[in-house]
Amino acid sequence: MSGAKEVKTKIKSVQNTQKITNAMEMVAASKMRRAQERMEATRPYAEKIRQAIGHLAQANPEYRHPFLVERESVQRVGYIVVSSDRGLCGGLNSNLFKAAIGDLKAWQEQGVEAEVVPFGAKGIAFFERLGVRLPAELRDLGDRPALESLIGPVKVMLDAYVEGRIDRLNLVSNRFINTMKQEPTIQKLIPVEPLGGEELPDNWDYIYEPDAASLLDDVLRRYVESQVYQGVVENIACEMAARMVAMKNASDNAGQIIDDLQVTYNKARQAAITQELNEIVSGAEAVSG
Amino acid sequence: MSTLQVDIVSAEEQLYTGQASLVVAPAEEGDVGIAPRHAPLLTRLRPGEVRITQEDGEEYLYYASGGLLEVQPSSVTVLADTAVRAHDIDEAAALEAKRRAEEKLQVQKDEVDYGQVQAELAEAMAQLRTLENLRKRAKR
Repeated sequence: MSGAKEVKTKIKSVQNTQKITNAMEMVAASKMRRAQERMEATRPYAEKIRQAIGHLAQANPEYRHPFLVERESVQRVGYIVVSSDRGLCGGLNSNLFKAAIGDLKAWQEQGVEAEVVPFGAKGIAFFERLGVRLPAELRDLGDRPALESLIGPVKVMLDAYVEGRIDRLNLVSNRFINTMKQEPTIQKLIPVEPLGGEELPDNWDYIYEPDAASLLDDVLRRYVESQVYQGVVENIACEMAARMVAMKNASDNAGQIIDDLQVTYNKARQAAITQELNEIVSGAEAVSG
Repeated sequence: MSTLQVDIVSAEEQLYTGQASLVVAPAEEGDVGIAPRHAPLLTRLRPGEVRITQEDGEEYLYYASGGLLEVQPSSVTVLADTAVRAHDIDEAAALEAKRRAEEKLQVQKDEVDYGQVQAELAEAMAQLRTLENLRKRAKR
């Protein structure tokens, strides 16, 4: 019966794994629902401010804020890469990094250097290995990140842009399409591009109160922060959805393995019984014989 | 009469979206009233109340703790830092915040961040004022 016993222990251990993946799936499912609600609640702000900024980029102010001016040559590109703190969420992070690396490589071929501010432990580990310059990082985002916690690292990049250390800032994060699908996206944050679609009169400008310079600076900083924040909130929803799906697959796989092992176990048990019967019968025959 | 598309959003949620004939908002340099076809305007907001008048005369009151106001000829967008419906203002909390801020100002120690406390006080006062206005309106 030794074979059967080994199979039995194996089944037990797979069952334990399945219990864990099952629990993780349920936790991820409930967290996803909350993260999705938060994502939808914060979306209007991000969209409205993007609209306002789109208008702003089309205005003809006398004062040109540096964030609105496209620089002639790009020497260095900055990235803010939003990843998760924890793994076990399928290919979510690796797909995102692949997209980031693709973009980064394309720039590098043109002789452009890159700087990355990674958010989340996974991103930090990945870009540290890659050996690019990381002027700032942010970990332990948690399930409910506060906007204030992002301001510091984002400011590092904004200041870098103002000082001319970078000439472009991209946001790399996952977009939540639905539970099954998350899409890595690269969004250009600064310089700000005009928004297509809406028809506005050609030559117009805002009335700025109190003054254009400080107001524009304020608006544009808020804009970048809100876009990054939206990216972070959305990435959390993505993480939970991806983890839920990954854990569901793991549970299903575990079930499959248990079924297969059960068959093996039954066969081994059957074989042992047959053998035992054989021994008894042949023993009896020898005695009576 | 034409109307304005008005949106009030805070970082946490969308509070109002719809048509209106007049919006009064606490701009940094004084309250502004915005009717349709207003010139494009971009300004910061002080803590205070945002009042929306719909075409049928119905009024809505909101409290915004500051933020930005963007005006286009056919739309107004209030990008508030935090905002609540006037009904939802927590009066007790506002009173408590006001009392605490005033206390801190009285002490006037070096470690007290004067500007910070003053901003807190202004917020609490604005909340209370908004509530008061809401009550006055209800009586009428």
